[in-house]
Amino acid sequence: MIEFRGVSKRFPDGTLAVADVDIVIPPRKTTVLVGSSGSGKTTLLRMINRMVDPTSGHVLIDGTDVATREPVALRRSIGYVMQNSGLLPHRTVIDNVATVPLLRGERRRDAHARALELLDTVGLDRSLADRYPSQLSGGQQQRVGVARGLAVDPNILLMDEPFGAVDPIVRAELQQELLRLQGELGKTVVFVTHDIDEAFLLGDQVVIMRHGGKISQAASPTEILANPADDFVAEFVGADRGKRALHVTEVGGRRVVFDGDGRAAGVLAS
Amino acid sequence: MNLLFDAIAWILDPANWSGAGSIPQRLWEHVSITAVVLVIASAIALPTGALIGHTGRGREPAVRVSGGLRALPTLGVLTLFGIWLGIGLTAPVIALVILAVPPLLAGAYAGFESVDRRTIDAARAVGMRESQIVGKVELPLGLPIVVGGIRSATLQIIATATLAAYIADEGFGRFIFQGLRTRDYAEMLGGSILVIILALVIDGLFAIMQRLVVPAGVRASRTRELRSRPTRSRAVVGQPITEGNQE
Amino acid sequence: MTWLWSNLDLVGELILVHLALSVPAIILSLVISVPIGWLAHRYRWSRGVLLSLCALLYAIPSLALFVALPPITGLGLRSPVNLVIALTLYGIAVIVRTAADAFDSVQPEVRQSATAMGYSAAGRFWGVELPLAGPVLLSGLRVVVVSTVSLATVGAVIGVQSLGSLFTDGFQRGIQAEIITGIVATILLALALDWLCVLTGRMLMPWSSPRRSRRPALSDVRSIEADPA
Ligand SMILES: Nc1ncnc2c1ncn2[C@@H]1O[C@H](COP(=O)(O)OP(=O)(O)OP(=O)(O)O)[C@@H](O)[C@H]1O
Ligand SMILES: [Mg+2]
Repeated sequence: MIEFRGVSKRFPDGTLAVADVDIVIPPRKTTVLVGSSGSGKTTLLRMINRMVDPTSGHVLIDGTDVATREPVALRRSIGYVMQNSGLLPHRTVIDNVATVPLLRGERRRDAHARALELLDTVGLDRSLADRYPSQLSGGQQQRVGVARGLAVDPNILLMDEPFGAVDPIVRAELQQELLRLQGELGKTVVFVTHDIDEAFLLGDQVVIMRHGGKISQAASPTEILANPADDFVAEFVGADRGKRALHVTEVGGRRVVFDGDGRAAGVLAS
Repeated sequence: MNLLFDAIAWILDPANWSGAGSIPQRLWEHVSITAVVLVIASAIALPTGALIGHTGRGREPAVRVSGGLRALPTLGVLTLFGIWLGIGLTAPVIALVILAVPPLLAGAYAGFESVDRRTIDAARAVGMRESQIVGKVELPLGLPIVVGGIRSATLQIIATATLAAYIADEGFGRFIFQGLRTRDYAEMLGGSILVIILALVIDGLFAIMQRLVVPAGVRASRTRELRSRPTRSRAVVGQPITEGNQE
Repeated sequence: MTWLWSNLDLVGELILVHLALSVPAIILSLVISVPIGWLAHRYRWSRGVLLSLCALLYAIPSLALFVALPPITGLGLRSPVNLVIALTLYGIAVIVRTAADAFDSVQPEVRQSATAMGYSAAGRFWGVELPLAGPVLLSGLRVVVVSTVSLATVGAVIGVQSLGSLFTDGFQRGIQAEIITGIVATILLALALDWLCVLTGRMLMPWSSPRRSRRPALSDVRSIEADPA
């Protein structure tokens, strides 16, 4: 479990990126931070592995304040996946995946063997192991990034817009893959996106952030759609514009569901 | 062309290949003074440049110092140290070190700076220590540019060491000044040709080395992107590393 | 200081001599390099050859080049023209590369739209490519200005008069003030010419942002190249 208690972050230049945030991130679930650009999602995420230290308040992992933990050791115990994968361009896929185990002093053979398994886990062919990141497609790079994040079998996986830079088809593929993985592995995933559809698809809990680093609502997708906390949330999730409003019409004896644009979305199971 | 033949004859003359002040001796002097100066200047400039490139701090003063030093006329520096320290090798060595620092410093910080901030950020996020970021990420990725700086510095040292024969008894430059005094153009030209060969050979070696130190993954991407132009051709200029987000 | 006051005439005269050596070399190298750089930019096959030649030229120690040129040019060793040619060669070695980069930096879309608007090849060069390559070219020119002024002093050791004569004379007679005067005068001269370049650049290319015409040597990776000595 990750807890934020009264956490604020003001950068040296005066920007207030996160303002007095209290939130509990449940274990073994996916929590998605969503909000417009500059709303402090990345900052909030990076306070978990001490890439950013809060100016006030506390971040706790399983009851321990992260401020008491040595940053490097902490980071090595938490998986981190970022946009554009953040792979080391001068290392092969397998070495990239094995980065952290090797840093921790594991034997090369063991680290590589485990890295190969991880390629299977994220759905990459083992033949790609000796390629360099630049020789992979964007989607493949992202998968390597996920494999690297999982390499030390962390309890927590932080993902900052991991699918932000790939085309929609590949993104959909990666999203399904992540859902499958999460079903198998049951990590505590904290996922940042500014795509509300992605948030609803992946999140057990969705945290909607607005400008100034404040949380507008943190709840399950159902709850957010049913009871948007305020106008901002309602607009953000598109509930007010009827974008998500579905309606049912009888057509030839079956009840067909139409979306806001009047396109047929499916048939209502009785 | 006669002059050229005379010079070649001078180079090939066995009399110039043994004894005091022979070609091999001058070659040894030239190479060893170059090596000594390169080592001293590197010991000063490379760690400093790496630190500046890594932290992003102190860039402006470093740029100004190395820029300012570049405007220094080499002959002026040599003669000034020459009259301060007298004949001997101390004066040229100090002067050469001062002149070799700017290209080394600039190469080191440009090299470290050229590494994509996002790559460094990711390395930090997965738990690399600062020393590991320097050694395992910035150094290998920035090395081609750092070696480029060493290459320029070395050429500069070889050239200035030639000139330093004006104030000290060392190197191929002696042939030029000796020939000048005795009006022996064959010796002057012969000495010049030897220096040119030395410089080109060393430059060639560095060119090969510079190619070899390009990390394989980077080379792979180069061939692939041969046709596309770089969107960001060089170092992120002066983007300071602050804790946290670099987006 | 007393040395300087009693030798003001000499210093002034040497500054003029020094200008007479370096300014023609700077201008010549610019004029010669631009077409070569354009060739290197335009025809891929020529690029490797031209740029390698420049790199080779650049690697040659200046004193050795000064001595080696006369048999090729047929001039005397002490001829100022010999020195100007050598300085021009070094200038070319630097600017050709910058010029190629400068033309590369002109976006193909701009070039294509100029063609589409009906520019002739020549008109496009003068009206579009050259002005847009200007700021980068200027940065290369500024590097050359500083290095040429400094390099011209080397000629003094083979007997070509310049501010460098203050170094050789000061060294032989053991006058520290004379050498220091020479160093300061050389640096000031370089800075003055550099400043003149920036000013001219600003006048000719008012659109180029001050950021780009900032001291080039500094933000430019090429700055790691030392001046030939
Ligand atoms: N290192 C930093 N120094 C100063 N300000 C920063 C820094 N990092 C982030 N900020 C500022 O803090 C605010 C929040 O930034 P953050 O990166 O957390 O937003 P975000 O929600 O992740 O945005 P995006 O969706 O664009 O990634 C922004 O206004 C940003 O400009
Ligand atoms: Mg972000």
